Amino acid sequence: MPHDGPHHHGHDHAPDDPSFGSRAALGARALRELLEEAGVLAPGEVARQVERMDTITPALGAKVVARAWTDPDFKARLLADGSAAVREFGVEMGTTPLYVVENTESVHNMIVCTLCSCYPKPLLGIPPDWYKSFEYRSRAVREPRAVLAEFGVRLPDGVAVRVHDSTADLRYLVLPRRPEGTEGWDEARLAGLVTRDCMIGTAVPSA
Amino acid sequence: MSETDRGHHDIGGDPAGPVPRAEHVLAPWEKEVDAIRTVLGQKGLMSADKLRLGIEQLPAEDYRRLSYYERWLASIAWTMEKDGVIPPGSFAARVAALEAKR
Repeated sequence: MPHDGPHHHGHDHAPDDPSFGSRAALGARALRELLEEAGVLAPGEVARQVERMDTITPALGAKVVARAWTDPDFKARLLADGSAAVREFGVEMGTTPLYVVENTESVHNMIVCTLCSCYPKPLLGIPPDWYKSFEYRSRAVREPRAVLAEFGVRLPDGVAVRVHDSTADLRYLVLPRRPEGTEGWDEARLAGLVTRDCMIGTAVPSA
Repeated sequence: MSETDRGHHDIGGDPAGPVPRAEHVLAPWEKEVDAIRTVLGQKGLMSADKLRLGIEQLPAEDYRRLSYYERWLASIAWTMEKDGVIPPGSFAARVAALEAKR
């Protein structure tokens, strides 16, 4: 039977079906074994990548934001060339350049990937489930204010919302506004205010 | 471009319900699929574009039904077979063999 596209083999299982995980786990194992047998993957290579992945959390992005809040020169570099600026934190964006979009008194930014799930993984780790959901992908570009309201974000009248649709060739990061009442705070304390969703634009930090 | 020309992955602007907010910790197999893609990407064998192409070639009903990393798995396996990295048909055969042993 000729196939001209990828097909899923086997039974129908909803993601919450308890047997689903183990079936999919067999698929992952089958693929890894075949690639190891083909000499493409070395034994242990995938496990080492999983370990690396586990070390990347939104705390890394939060450090970058806190630096931008306290160091105007760094902020200028970050807005001019995101990929180069985050390299100062040892973060390598690879072939997908990072664009940092700054929230101001009059502009609120949020990011989405309508076609799939592009996300600044080297800075924030794995995207949350909702970022990859059909609902967020569909609605973020049509009714961003309604989506923001679902996330508990209500913007003052007159604040423009800019939605940035990521692609396979670039990544966005939102630089949130530094909350009032944080004068004199050091970087580490400021970073504690910056959640993952603040850097996607579905939350705003508060002190 | 008319609405009918859009692929089933091209959903930006479509009507949809509330954004589901439940989050789950990735299962080990999900991390493994993600890691396989990253390592293959570093070796120049599986770009994000190829991953997307494979996902977008899935039949519409599979695209909607499968979980996120199941779509990835189907795409990577299809691409590796199509590009001759692993033998044609080997993925389905290996999954079946592992299932039979279970």
